[in-house]
Amino acid sequence: MERSTAALTAGLQAMAPILPSVVPFGITAGIAALDAGLGPEGAFGMAVVVFAGASQIAAAQLIGQDALAVVVVLTVWIINLRMAMYSASLAPHFAGLPKRWKWPLAYLLTDQAYAVSITHFTAAPEQGDRHWFYLGCALPLWVVWLLATGLGVWVGASVPASWQLNFTIPLIFMALLVSAVYDRPTVVAALTGGGVAVAAHGLPFHLGLIAGALCGVVAGAVAEVLRERPGAGRAR
Amino acid sequence: MSMAEAWVVIALAGLGTFALRLSFIQLFDGGQVPRRISRALRFVPAAVLAALAAPAIVYGPEGFASDPTRLFAGLIAAGVAWWRRSVLLTLAVGMGALWLLKWLA
Repeated sequence: MERSTAALTAGLQAMAPILPSVVPFGITAGIAALDAGLGPEGAFGMAVVVFAGASQIAAAQLIGQDALAVVVVLTVWIINLRMAMYSASLAPHFAGLPKRWKWPLAYLLTDQAYAVSITHFTAAPEQGDRHWFYLGCALPLWVVWLLATGLGVWVGASVPASWQLNFTIPLIFMALLVSAVYDRPTVVAALTGGGVAVAAHGLPFHLGLIAGALCGVVAGAVAEVLRERPGAGRAR
Repeated sequence: MSMAEAWVVIALAGLGTFALRLSFIQLFDGGQVPRRISRALRFVPAAVLAALAAPAIVYGPEGFASDPTRLFAGLIAAGVAWWRRSVLLTLAVGMGALWLLKWLA
């Protein structure tokens, strides 16, 4: 088997257990778009053009509440600011690739594709064909996202609101969070991020989210610096 | 807003999001991302995912802890997530707990 195909398959295998959980997320995003009056075209439009679930749902809710266009756009950008951080983290692994690789790979970037691929890249730093592994992670998720959106549009209003399918969203984030927390500084980052986001929940434009994210990153970095200080082991 | 306005919103939202995704991947080509930045980046997933999950579980429709069933179901799911690290299991237990608690309430 060619190395690139092997890497592609390995990526798909790594992503496979996560794919089913994307389905309720995509269904919710599709239904949210319908509820906002965007119709199936709008639902698919958002799914393809934005391709970022949390921001799609937030945008749909805002549109349904007659928010100003500029508020909706800025909210999506703010929620997706973390994509820039993922981009910086992945940049060394994609260095030297031509634009025809970089641009599609960038388009396919999601929380899950990032989490799965960065875990693999750091665990197996000598492996080549990373772009193929990442493609194996990221492309299936895009396909499942569109299928799930279609399902949401099709099933649409028939799903009773009492089922609270939108609860799957924080559940997914929580499950992903657990893999991202593996030592004391990351625990600090998560607790701070979650705590600040809860405290700042009332802020407009989802600023609570970005405040939480920034504070969490700073807190984690500080915790790591403190941990590495000589003598830090004594004073707990 | 009108559908035409909505399409403009979607297009701009998508373009900006793509620019964010592409940013460092295109800009840092072969050069080294500054060490401080790469060390800090390690904490992005934990901070962001927690910032996304926590408010959604803690806040009900009428404000802080106004929906205790979501809070309890979320805590139960968090326990399962920590124990098994399985997205599917977390979803199943979380939704199951939510429906069970709602039915009991």
